[in-house]
Amino acid sequence: MSQTNARTPAPHPHQPSTQGVTLSVNGQEHSLTLDPRVTLLDALREHAHLTGTKKGCDHGQCGACTVLVDGTRVLSCLTLAVMHDGQEVTTVEGLGTPDDLHPLQDAFIRHDGYQCGYCTPGQLCSSVGTLDEIARGVPSHVTADLNDVSFSADELRERLSGNICRCAAYPNIIAAVSEVHAAQNGAAAQEAAQ
Amino acid sequence: MRAFTYERATTPEAAAGATLAEGAKFIAGGTNLLDLMKLDIERPSHLVDISRLDLNTITETEDGGLRVGALVTNTDLASDPRVKAGYGVLSRAIVAGASGQIRNKATTGGNLLQRARCSYFYDTNLPCNKREPGSGCAALTGLSRPLAVIGTSDACIAQHPSDMAVAMRVLDATVNTLRADGTERTLALDDFYRLPGDTPHLETTLEAGELITGVTLPPPVGGTHVYRKVRDRASYAFALVSVAAIVNGRESRFAFGGVAPRPWRVEEAETAGAAAGPDARARAVIDAAFAEARPTEQNAFKVPLLRRTLTAVLEQASGEEK
Repeated sequence: MSQTNARTPAPHPHQPSTQGVTLSVNGQEHSLTLDPRVTLLDALREHAHLTGTKKGCDHGQCGACTVLVDGTRVLSCLTLAVMHDGQEVTTVEGLGTPDDLHPLQDAFIRHDGYQCGYCTPGQLCSSVGTLDEIARGVPSHVTADLNDVSFSADELRERLSGNICRCAAYPNIIAAVSEVHAAQNGAAAQEAAQ
Repeated sequence: MRAFTYERATTPEAAAGATLAEGAKFIAGGTNLLDLMKLDIERPSHLVDISRLDLNTITETEDGGLRVGALVTNTDLASDPRVKAGYGVLSRAIVAGASGQIRNKATTGGNLLQRARCSYFYDTNLPCNKREPGSGCAALTGLSRPLAVIGTSDACIAQHPSDMAVAMRVLDATVNTLRADGTERTLALDDFYRLPGDTPHLETTLEAGELITGVTLPPPVGGTHVYRKVRDRASYAFALVSVAAIVNGRESRFAFGGVAPRPWRVEEAETAGAAAGPDARARAVIDAAFAEARPTEQNAFKVPLLRRTLTAVLEQASGEEK
């Protein structure tokens, strides 16, 4: 190999390294120095000290760790924090506050959409993402017409299937999310009419 | 998870060379790779993050097909109006797989490269030739109910887990790559995937450092598009069997998932019984396409299940055609 054509050598495979990562979480910047192994989930809980997001299975099977990245729901256990430098993350703490609940949080309480509550932060973030996906025309396995995506309880059941609730509060979760969808769309319809 | 170093690739050309080093791997969506790293099945010492490369768009090709960037997410691919209109079987297959959260992250290239879900591949206490070459296959005499019935070998009977790839196969999609030396390749799916033989740890014909840049879909072929998946629960589970079909009279195409180490399609079988009703036609197609099947006692049910699933697909298509 020509010495005049030297390339940057690849990092030594066993060299310990940390990376600087800036995450914007719920509108607040967090500058963290992390081992690249740290998942987004562990960065949120152990480094940004936002423990609302829950670690369930840690293997992408339960949905408890669901957060929104740049507005889209993802599993924070199956992605590395270093991969999200500069991106916007929303956790359950960013949806609402105890004094000013997100409509979904309010509806979950009124419909008893949780029992132990461990799955609830992921259910809430997933529900926010789901309503947005339906509005954007993202199809699901139960969508009859790919070109006409609309809201239904069947759609919710399918779309929330990646969020497991061992207490099986599912009927109440469906009721809560359905109510919020109806309220949002009623409001949108009223706005359009005015 | 074992320690690794991390870099973010800035161009496809730079990325293609960056995994030449031993132990280096690409990461994009990460939804399969990170799970396997946590379980100590994948052990990369260096990760090359390609997630921000400019390979996340779907563009039209000159002949009226689509070029899908390797980093287009499963959600974006299934939702694209051109895909919904011309390649319905692909939209249907994608949304039959995984969960909404995973589809938002999983990429087209990564989906093609996802690894087997055989429980012996996942259990590092047990032998698996795919995970530890030469260690043996515990599945051959173990729990083989979900595993493959055709295209297998004495070394491995794991099935390919992807739904998307089955639809890609029925659509005659090709995989576009960029090699470390800067040259490009286009591979049909059957040339992209290897059958296990005695080297089941080698799953594709990708070379060291070779980057998947996208998938090319030929122009739409019309017909009725159906993807039908049979699984142990209604959602968020891998297929026991699946059928990707484009039903268009004698020109119909069928590919099968959950039954082989790669999407299974036998073009010569597709015209079998073409004049017959759904039941007889499905029997003729499956008899021809699965003549070489060597199921285990536990998964022998898959062949008749696939026949009945194809019958249902043909009935559904004839209903939609009326």
